[in-house]
Amino acid sequence: MTEPLLAVRALRLAYDGRAVLRDVTLEVRRGEVVALMGRSGAGKTSVLRAVAALEPFDAGAIDIDGFALLPGPLPPQSQLGVLRRRVGLVFQSHALFAHLCALDNVALALIHVVGRPPAEARIAAQRLLDALEVGGRAAALPAQLSGGEAQRVAIARALALDPALLLLDEPTAALDPARRDALARTLRGLAADGRGRGLLVATHDAAFARACADRVAILADGTVVEAGPPAGVFGRPCHPATRALLALPSAASAG
Amino acid sequence: MTALFLAAWLGAAQAPEPPPLVWGGDAEGGAPFVEADPADPAQVRGFDVEIAETIARGLGRRARFVQVQWSSIDQSVERGDFALGLSGVEDTPARRARHAVTIPYFEFREVLAVRPEDRTRYPDLAALRGRRVATLGATMAYDILLRARDSLGVVPVSYDDDVHPYADLVGGRVDAVLLDHIIAQRALGRLGGRAFAIVPRPVAAGHYVGVLARGDTALRDSVNAVLRAAMRDGTLERILRRWNVWDSTQATLFRRVAGGSAVAAAAAPLALPASAWAYLPALGRAALVTALLSTLAMALAVALGLGVAASRVYGPAPLRAAAVAYVEAIRGTPLLLQLFVIYYGLSGWVRLPAFLAAVLGLGLNYAAYEAEIYRGALEAVPRAQLEAARTLGFSEAQIFRLVRGPQALRYALAPMTNDFVALLKDSSLVSVLTVVELTKQTAIYATNIGSWVVPGLLCAAVYLAMSLPLARLGRRLERRWRLA
Repeated sequence: MTEPLLAVRALRLAYDGRAVLRDVTLEVRRGEVVALMGRSGAGKTSVLRAVAALEPFDAGAIDIDGFALLPGPLPPQSQLGVLRRRVGLVFQSHALFAHLCALDNVALALIHVVGRPPAEARIAAQRLLDALEVGGRAAALPAQLSGGEAQRVAIARALALDPALLLLDEPTAALDPARRDALARTLRGLAADGRGRGLLVATHDAAFARACADRVAILADGTVVEAGPPAGVFGRPCHPATRALLALPSAASAG
Repeated sequence: MTALFLAAWLGAAQAPEPPPLVWGGDAEGGAPFVEADPADPAQVRGFDVEIAETIARGLGRRARFVQVQWSSIDQSVERGDFALGLSGVEDTPARRARHAVTIPYFEFREVLAVRPEDRTRYPDLAALRGRRVATLGATMAYDILLRARDSLGVVPVSYDDDVHPYADLVGGRVDAVLLDHIIAQRALGRLGGRAFAIVPRPVAAGHYVGVLARGDTALRDSVNAVLRAAMRDGTLERILRRWNVWDSTQATLFRRVAGGSAVAAAAAPLALPASAWAYLPALGRAALVTALLSTLAMALAVALGLGVAASRVYGPAPLRAAAVAYVEAIRGTPLLLQLFVIYYGLSGWVRLPAFLAAVLGLGLNYAAYEAEIYRGALEAVPRAQLEAARTLGFSEAQIFRLVRGPQALRYALAPMTNDFVALLKDSSLVSVLTVVELTKQTAIYATNIGSWVVPGLLCAAVYLAMSLPLARLGRRLERRWRLA
């Protein structure tokens, strides 16, 4: 258990020659929630996309519980089976399959990727939706779900294959403060359910990070400028980027 | 010099000149009637042209030609598009009843053309029981064939022109052609003299006349006077000799007509159904042909369109280029041309039956449009949907089958419904391949009763009865499948 679940080393990622990530190193251990923080455009999403093998990177290495991703073009989907089982991603836009109801969104991969019988897969999917408190919306289409409901269905879908590493991109973007606290509890529960799961949450919301994260990593200028437990990082912010992140909520409410 | 011409032109323009005699004919019908002059395609020539000029001269006017589709001459003259229709127009009781008709100026014989080896097998129409006999639609010959269908069991095949019946006779698509002897002789000349044989004994005889609007009897009488004079002084004979269509029958006809005896309209009138109801079974059958044709063509278009779209979105570069070339070639050329190429152009290699050629032509054409719809729809599925599926471990094929395809189908539904309705209507174009579908049947019906009002309304009603439920079904599915 001393080996980290996710190890990102010296990650460099450029779009059209413009480096978004210059040198990112971070770890997520089992049972741990790590908040990846930074203002919008800092490259948080790029880190998640690289780890989820949706985006190729130019240098460095990513290791997910022994599965190594290397720089250069993405391997074909057929060679990523192990990684796909180990990593779940919750998109900021949720990206629920628009033509399927909530239940089928969760059950689809169980049926077609794992090969579970449809009836059995749907029972498992219903259980996941129940656990995330959206069991009553199983028959609803994504367009009929509220933002909070859609997010919980998206989390249930990402958990369907029981990944060891769960990535969430800006999960609080469309939530009011009460729902934000509930989400923080849910994520802590997922990390602490004894399955040895690790969570990497990209967010610019310091209050949320404080509520759910064991450690925070501040991303600025393409690199991690500050990292550690939230109390330490937020209590004695060293880097201007961290201070800016902390000032952001108050600046916004004052405006 | 220029000034001289200008002065002459101005002088001519200022002289009080009688209005020209505007006459209508179909240059597509070709020689020896009316054809574009090979030396100057803007001009027409032919014996009908020279007769029109003779008539105009006799009236102290200039002749001015307007092009009109042969089957529309009656309707067009009645509308006032021109004063005189003259283009191998047949003298029939129906035409005499509905329009003002001149005295006949030519006697033609309806003759059978058969393949050389069938010369002895098919000496007359009766021998052609169960055989396909081609002719030009809406003619006396077609009426004869319709009667022969009921009495002798021959199978009439109606064409929109008088060239392809002979091509199809030589090609084996039909077993005989029944048409005017000068048309048969012209075809024989064009195809090389031995391509088919003309059965010596004519099936019937008829006359060509000029047709004028029903109320235009004064002009008709003047035209008749000019024609009689031209028969007496040998002008008409010279014209017909020049075009190699003079024979002793014409001399006999001229003697009778110029002598003032009446000549009966040749063909006994076909017993035409008295009311609109009598046409309903034929219209029903034609509607069925249209529905079946459109459905099969659409099925082909959807299947092929999916293949082409998938090639464009997923295929390697050469396949993508081929798909693009297909779409652009089909979209950039007229459907009518494609139908002709498939039916006639390919007949040297593969002789497709007309209905199959129609399904293929429409299907291949619409496949290009469907392909563009599907490509657009596939590309409209948000990338995040595909990425979400990738993170869940679906293979690319599964993503297409389970996520991208079903969602694209929903985007494609509205334009697809639209195309199906358009195809339903475009299917009327296949009448050029001798397929009698709804519009063609309506045109036959309208020609027979001499009016488009009732047939037009009935035809429109049948098209709407097919297209409106289709549009409704499309809207219902769209509502049920709405994505956002």
